[in-house]
Amino acid sequence: MSAELYDAAIVATAKETANAERLPAPDLTVEEDNPLCGDRITLDLAFREGRVAAVGHKTRGCLLTRAAAVVLARRAVGADPAELRRAVASLRALLAGQGGPPAWPELSMFEPVRAVPSRHDCVLLPFRALETALDRRERERPA
Amino acid sequence: MSAGPARAPAAEADRLDLAGLRAEFPIFAAQGPRFHYLDSAATGQICRAAAEALLGFETRGRANVKRGVYRLADEATRAFEEARARIAAYLGAREAREVVITSGTTHALNIAAHTLCARLRPGDEILVSQAEHHSNIVPWQLAGERVGAVIRAIPLDREGRLDLDRLDALVSRRTKVIAVTHCSNVTGAVTDIGRIREAAQAVGALLVVDGAQRVPHGPVDVQALGCDLYAFSGHKLFAATGAGALWIRRELAEELPPFLGGGEMIRRVAIERSTFAAPPHRFEAGTPPIGPAIALGAACAWLAGLDWARIHAHEMALAGRLLAGLGTIRGVRPLGPEGLQARAPLVSFVVDGVHPHDVCQLLDERGVCTRGGHHCAQPLHEALGLEASTRASLALYNDEADVDALLEGLEDVVRRLA
Repeated sequence: MSAELYDAAIVATAKETANAERLPAPDLTVEEDNPLCGDRITLDLAFREGRVAAVGHKTRGCLLTRAAAVVLARRAVGADPAELRRAVASLRALLAGQGGPPAWPELSMFEPVRAVPSRHDCVLLPFRALETALDRRERERPA
Repeated sequence: MSAGPARAPAAEADRLDLAGLRAEFPIFAAQGPRFHYLDSAATGQICRAAAEALLGFETRGRANVKRGVYRLADEATRAFEEARARIAAYLGAREAREVVITSGTTHALNIAAHTLCARLRPGDEILVSQAEHHSNIVPWQLAGERVGAVIRAIPLDREGRLDLDRLDALVSRRTKVIAVTHCSNVTGAVTDIGRIREAAQAVGALLVVDGAQRVPHGPVDVQALGCDLYAFSGHKLFAATGAGALWIRRELAEELPPFLGGGEMIRRVAIERSTFAAPPHRFEAGTPPIGPAIALGAACAWLAGLDWARIHAHEMALAGRLLAGLGTIRGVRPLGPEGLQARAPLVSFVVDGVHPHDVCQLLDERGVCTRGGHHCAQPLHEALGLEASTRASLALYNDEADVDALLEGLEDVVRRLA
């Protein structure tokens, strides 16, 4: 199982966090911790005309957390909040072994994590930060 | 994996009947040979004596304690109080009534914090250390905040031990409680309790010791330690989950107010106010964890009969093998004291460029059970400039194959991910 968790795609994707940068002037910044291990993501989002215009992040975590952060940062740009929430829901469904293919094809790389429940939170950490950011945006900018 | 002095057979261990000892832990037969359990600092495996005592009570002797007058209830009460006496004996307590049955160390330290803080005033100080488990920090914060007490901390020295040279600067007449670990759950460093006791006694402070990581490595003598309260968990002492103990020096216990209120802990209840039972029942509100406590008593009785000089030599020989082996693997850095002096047989380490969860996941492929994370010791990790580490913790039942499987697994981790 671990061999699948650490396949080339996840390892290579995780390494991209080395190039990640924070946004100079984000509309929203959210910090989310994994209380089990102290892993942390600081996620910046900038919006334009109701869609994500830019994503920045600083991620301190395991390979799974870092790979998830990279996928999120790559795919969130251009998406509106409804699409982002669908992506989060599809990732949760993938980890639970429910539903069809994930909203973003890259999320399929996390399929092997389904069998290791103790690592689900690692993959979900960046997406929990995204949800917190979207919740806060809705509270601050009611429709 | 290159063979070296670290992998030489431990001569001391040859004198221990390790096969016989391991046979007293049912998990090893159940899990088979490819099972290397190096997470005893989180939870020790249950010994046969405790497992049989638990099952015996729950299936043949189950009744609530202290309340019933029928034979079964009387026998349950007798078994429960016998367990208290066995725990007291393991701790070197003067009397069984000094032992409060708790759900574990966390519960015990919450009792300690809340009952001791009830006597504090604004500006009084509680001294903990940077090496503490969160269970010996957060309860003091919660209870201390209510009375306006100030939390201070003994820093770590270069080796990751408590820097006791700072005691003079930290302890004053304002210090009312000192609460420290007997043994760090991350570095394995054993605290010089005697030196802290002297500092506490000089200013009249009470000394609370978290013994969770110390008791699995042999009986304790709380009287010789000179502390006032001592806490530990049964599940780390090869008993069931759900029971632990708080030893409170008798004269002190008599003076302290209860923590939780409810049944069993009262003398008389009226609507306006209540009066409370004498210790230890004053601190045992509600139905206690009867079966787990009886199991803990059985574990204490069995453990007390073992040859701890041999077991200590065995455990430390394995710890030495582990430390030396870690030192031969590129990019692996052990934390804490460099040698075996005044340390428990547990070693935490970092693997450069590899997250502890990823280390543990790959080790699991080989049946090696380790723990990654901050181990509920975030201030300690922060003091070491880390967020997390990987921990391998040894107990009396481990053998050289366990250590070697870990070392070989780590070489593979480094090869694949570092």
